[in-house]
Amino acid sequence: MDINWANVFDWMMLLKCFVIGGLICIIGQILIDKTKLTPARILVIFVTTGTILGGLGIYKYLVDFAGAGATVPLTGFGYNLAKGAIEGVKQSGLIGAFTGGVKASAGGIAAAVFFGYLASLISKPKMKKQ
Amino acid sequence: MDPLETKQTYQDYVDKKSPNSPILKNCFNAFWVGGLICSIGQIILNICKERGLDTETSGTIVSILLIGITAFLTGLNLFNRIGKFAGAGSLVPITGFANSIVSPSMEYKSEGYVMGVGGKMFTVAGPVLVFGISASILVGIIYLIFNTQNITLV
Amino acid sequence: MQALLVLKNLSGPLAKYFDQTLDDEFWGEKTWEKAESKIIKETVNTVITKSGIPADQIDCMFAGDLLNQCISSSFGLRELSIPFFGVFGACSTFVESMCLGAIAIEGFANNILCATSSHFCSAEKQFRFPLELGNQRPPTSQWTVTGSGAAILSKDGQGPYITHITPGKIVDMGIKDANNMGAAMAPSFCDTLITHFLDTGRNPSYYDAIISGDLGHIGKDIAIDITKSQGYNIKSNYNDCGVLIFDKNSQDTHSGGSGCACCGTVFSGYLFKQLKDKKLKKILLIATGALTNSTTSQQGESIPGIAHAISIEI
Repeated sequence: MDINWANVFDWMMLLKCFVIGGLICIIGQILIDKTKLTPARILVIFVTTGTILGGLGIYKYLVDFAGAGATVPLTGFGYNLAKGAIEGVKQSGLIGAFTGGVKASAGGIAAAVFFGYLASLISKPKMKKQ
Repeated sequence: MDPLETKQTYQDYVDKKSPNSPILKNCFNAFWVGGLICSIGQIILNICKERGLDTETSGTIVSILLIGITAFLTGLNLFNRIGKFAGAGSLVPITGFANSIVSPSMEYKSEGYVMGVGGKMFTVAGPVLVFGISASILVGIIYLIFNTQNITLV
Repeated sequence: MQALLVLKNLSGPLAKYFDQTLDDEFWGEKTWEKAESKIIKETVNTVITKSGIPADQIDCMFAGDLLNQCISSSFGLRELSIPFFGVFGACSTFVESMCLGAIAIEGFANNILCATSSHFCSAEKQFRFPLELGNQRPPTSQWTVTGSGAAILSKDGQGPYITHITPGKIVDMGIKDANNMGAAMAPSFCDTLITHFLDTGRNPSYYDAIISGDLGHIGKDIAIDITKSQGYNIKSNYNDCGVLIFDKNSQDTHSGGSGCACCGTVFSGYLFKQLKDKKLKKILLIATGALTNSTTSQQGESIPGIAHAISIEI
């Protein structure tokens, strides 16, 4: 299949993606520097915020506007969970609330577990050298 | 004034005395590295779409690829350098989630492949899944209640 | 008294004083914990060889480290068959051991071995984050020294001599930031220092050097300030092992060195040689420790500090 590279490098879209993704990271950086929160807490805050904004239907506008700029940050992971849960409910009612979220983000979770295990098999941690 | 007078005066004194993180520089680095990672995601997404895949599959492929690249860089002992430079720029995108799973896996390799790698894999990222998944279930249940009561949100 | 140490890869300003420096944080072992045990074992073997005192004439040894249940010391020293007291005083362990050793010499012993070790990787693993996690270290954080310091105290010899010990009280000024250990420990340093002056009737100018264990750059500033507010000016002859051991600009260690080995290596590698060469004649060594662990900091507890002092003169 031929790929239309003009569509792949849609500069306007990439610019929006870059700016929104960067801004979300700046929020994270301000949290790190100003609040002394640990990385795990920062990640939790972003995922939970994304889930709530996704559930409220707000985050969708950001995704439509910035594409990967909104889905690649962890807020997008949360949005994906919320979106999946809502679709699950639409399809199969209450049980969908439990299956939908994980189903929608299964690829990412499974990949992280698999690649994490793989990396530990072939590599070991090293001290940062000057 | 005697800084050791009370715990509060000492805390205030220490806060004044301790240097702050260079927040402007950190934010700048976080911005462009974070933006760059998202843009790479967007390019992958666009390629997938051009190949005729639907949005959801494309999104999953973006996640898997970014996670795979992160795992690779972490395994090469390079990701912590990126993280040190970019801070939230590499932490907040899905790369940070992947790194927080891969790094304890490698760290606890010395305690064996079952209880070490397997057991400690989620020491950093576990809470992300706990809170993310729980929140999504709540969202689903609330949506269900609103929907059956014919209340619409937007 | 004899001393020696092994220091880890960071070739700091003091590297040339150390008996051995390493490039590999594993030192051929499979785990960091094993490497740390090997470091303390080799250090102790070297100090025994250098001292010329046969191992069976050492009455007992005091040693400790940062890892849970002091495993680096007990595993590293298990083959020595010398009576062993495990000591924990966090980063003050080295001076705590020397205090106890000095008491033992007063009491019953002829030769006492004191040793300590720490390892950046094993300490990070236990207290902070995985090594490969891409996080940023705040400017107040310190870098755990990988290495070991050991000393043999003897009843007879040409000196230098331990003339006074001042055991420290636990002082907690409510600092909770585990990335700002210098600030958490500085009040205990100040407390022990002033107790020492009051007990002995000495004042700061009596000493050629007053050296703290691992307060780092920020803790050093704080210590100068707060001792001044208590009426003692130590600015001219005071320094800190955490400041001395690393070059802040080229080694990116933020606020300086920390860990048991920080004081252990700087004293036994550098200061002891200065004393031997009579470049310094009277020093007051005050090792500071943060009595915390990862559980208490997760539970939101503050960080109690402790500082033990020994004055060493020749």
